[in-house]
Amino acid sequence: MWRYTIKRLIQGVVTVWFIATATFLAMHAVPGDPMSGDRAVTPEIRKNLEAKYGLDKPLAQQYVIYLGNLARGDFGISFTQQNREVNDIIREHFPVSATLGILAIVFASLGGILWGALTALYRNKLPDILIMFFVILGISVPSFVFAALGQLALVKLNDFLGFSLLPVAGWGTVSHMLVPSLVLGLGTMAYLTRLMRSSMLEIINSDYLRTAKAKGLPATRIFTRHQLRNAILPVVTVLGPSIAGITTGSFVVESVFAIPGLGRYFVQAVQQLDYTVIMGTTVFFGSFLVLMVILVDLLYGFIDPRVRLE
Amino acid sequence: MTDRPANDDGFNRSAGRQLLLIAVVSVIGIVLLMLGLSWASGLAGGTRVSKGIDAATGTVTLALADEPPQLDSTRSTDTISSMVLGHVTEGLIRNGEGGELTPGVAERWKITDTSATFWLRADARWSDGKPVTAHDFVFAWRKAVDPKTASEYATILFAIKNAEAINKGRAPISSLGVQALGDNVLRVELVRPVPYFAKLMVFSTFRPIREDFFNATAGRYGADADMLLYNGPFTITRWVHGAQLRMEKNPYYWDKDRVKVKVLDFAYFSSDPNALINLYKDGKIAVAGLNQENLNEALVKRWPINRFQRGAVFYMEFNHRKDRPTTNLHLRRAIQLVIDPDEVVYRVIKLPGNLPGRSLFPVWLDGNQGKFREEYPATQVLPNAVEARRQLALAKKELGLETLPPLTLLSDDGALGDKMTEYFQETLRRELGLTIRIDKQIFKQRLAKMSAGDFDLVLGGWNPDYPDPLTFADLFASWNSNNRGRYNNPRLDQLVAVAQTSTDVQTRMDTFGEIQRILIEDPPMVPIYEPGVVYVVDPRLQGVVRRVAGFDPDYTNVSIVGK
Repeated sequence: MWRYTIKRLIQGVVTVWFIATATFLAMHAVPGDPMSGDRAVTPEIRKNLEAKYGLDKPLAQQYVIYLGNLARGDFGISFTQQNREVNDIIREHFPVSATLGILAIVFASLGGILWGALTALYRNKLPDILIMFFVILGISVPSFVFAALGQLALVKLNDFLGFSLLPVAGWGTVSHMLVPSLVLGLGTMAYLTRLMRSSMLEIINSDYLRTAKAKGLPATRIFTRHQLRNAILPVVTVLGPSIAGITTGSFVVESVFAIPGLGRYFVQAVQQLDYTVIMGTTVFFGSFLVLMVILVDLLYGFIDPRVRLE
Repeated sequence: MTDRPANDDGFNRSAGRQLLLIAVVSVIGIVLLMLGLSWASGLAGGTRVSKGIDAATGTVTLALADEPPQLDSTRSTDTISSMVLGHVTEGLIRNGEGGELTPGVAERWKITDTSATFWLRADARWSDGKPVTAHDFVFAWRKAVDPKTASEYATILFAIKNAEAINKGRAPISSLGVQALGDNVLRVELVRPVPYFAKLMVFSTFRPIREDFFNATAGRYGADADMLLYNGPFTITRWVHGAQLRMEKNPYYWDKDRVKVKVLDFAYFSSDPNALINLYKDGKIAVAGLNQENLNEALVKRWPINRFQRGAVFYMEFNHRKDRPTTNLHLRRAIQLVIDPDEVVYRVIKLPGNLPGRSLFPVWLDGNQGKFREEYPATQVLPNAVEARRQLALAKKELGLETLPPLTLLSDDGALGDKMTEYFQETLRRELGLTIRIDKQIFKQRLAKMSAGDFDLVLGGWNPDYPDPLTFADLFASWNSNNRGRYNNPRLDQLVAVAQTSTDVQTRMDTFGEIQRILIEDPPMVPIYEPGVVYVVDPRLQGVVRRVAGFDPDYTNVSIVGK
């Protein structure tokens, strides 16, 4: 178990180093740089800027300096937010994205398990057909449509009630979180529902379930211990990547609901070619993803005793 | 598997009950989790639920398209920082409600061909109660030209003695031609006559910075609310990055009687037009922009709609680098003759507020007495396909080509980018049989490709720096680094030099008139449109000033009427 964990962590560090290097090279291969603006500057002013940010040095040297700073956990200062350290940006805005992401993943996984179990119980009956219709909708409709619709629904609701029940946008209180996180989790919820349904159906037809019924176990025990517990395994498998995906992919929801999360900085940095923020957020999110995958693999061992972590 | 599993009703019912129980427990769990997260994220801060206009507390809640990158006036370049700085700091001269020059920190001033003198008012104060002195201006302006600051707007000070040499590292910073004669007199030495010097003083780069405060911030000046000293109508009392920027009336402001609201709360940072209009509908913000989709709704609901010309000009620029077909005058004329700005504005953009482009000089610029464009009307190039094809034939002959190679049209992914480029592609194909390759890039890459000359045609534009025709007139001078198409016309360069140094209004305006003629007859670009915005303002909010030069919008004079 411990040896396995350490081995995975070392692999993770190598992966993150690879991400950092690939991003560094790709970023510098793209034409343009963070200093080019709407107004052209004179060669002297450009030289002053390059000297200030250390971009006048050869690329290899910049890479070495960068890796050194990375090892010390220093991502440097943003080009567009000129007085803010990338570390500050991550520290201030990741908690917001994480809050949104955790809620979304809770909605998605609980919803997915419940709806999935329900469809399996009522296979080919009305509840199954209805839920599966919404599942297809949830998988195929992109999140910006749901975000816009969700916001519009809030406006209509508040208009109908005559007072603000839930805020239309912004961040800060519980009421701000509900709709954005639901919208963010919707796609994953639909996906998990389908996954849960098929894995439930597989188990319903299994021999050990028939044995359990034959030996006269109570229905509640069969359902929770034998069916649900086994059916959840595939769901747990995709949960790791989903958590990272939801937490890092919240850009659309964040911009529609004016939420000060990290997703906005992640996307804007690429548009603005803000080198330090691109590197900082990419490495941070990359490490996050790697960590989540490792955690899920470890969690596996607890849920399914058949899995031995060696 | 022939036998169906025991899927009997009894089992289902009991499993259903279990599911229900799990569901109830999860809902309770989620509520607890949300409360916990809300408590934890209280550390990250956020917007509180408030009304767009709150007459009781004198609060106006607004949205900002984005957060200002930072608020160091010597380094700021973008319009959002300029707007925020306009509310919380004040320069020597400011714009009045009608755009006229009004005394700011300076009570009066005198500008000659070789120098400028400003007499500062004694009651101008910083937000810590200390007086604003001439030394604060000297410090800020020296810092702006210091190569270590690397200010992108250093060039705007180059009319001041030694500014250029200092910025290029060839003279000591103390040699800058700005002196404080005591606390209340500022004297500036000029290297050449600058007829628009007073208008320049409105610009953010010329704001004061107090040396002791700047040094105390240890390199973080302008990064946070407490890292900035204020001398404008408002102070920033709360700045939560990415979420909120709250301004309150500055009790130390010398002209505080003109400030009628207590709080300007920029509580939402979003550029999503639908999100903003939803916030407006929900009564959360007082001002919101409209786009094509929600304009109709606004009309149906009879909201008071305002329009505003931003003062910029958008145009299609040609590449004049060697081996580019667009160096040929006849080809440029042919393209000019088939592009119809009216069609672009009324059939492609379809949003009120935009004006068809006729000239590089927009309609708002002042001339001798009235508006420049009324005194020097631009010759309108009417669409003429027959003449265009004749010009194209001449172009082919001169270039020695049977058919023209495909032309690359560079553009970026702005909101109107696609519609516009497709319109040009189709028009040029239909009328002239030209093949246009659209090269769509993100903003920064478009700029990089423009600077590298990797295009034949490019959609670009210009936002004025100061309210004088010169801000547009020198764009296509051969030495201007913004002339990314490398247009080179010695006659134009000569005229620009005249306009830069002449102090006679009539001579300057005549020169601009001549420049306008050249730009139409030997076009380096084809004007497309003068962009405008359409927006709604809560009827209870009065006195919002929109202006072309200087910061925009201006909320310093707003008042709340009714409840």
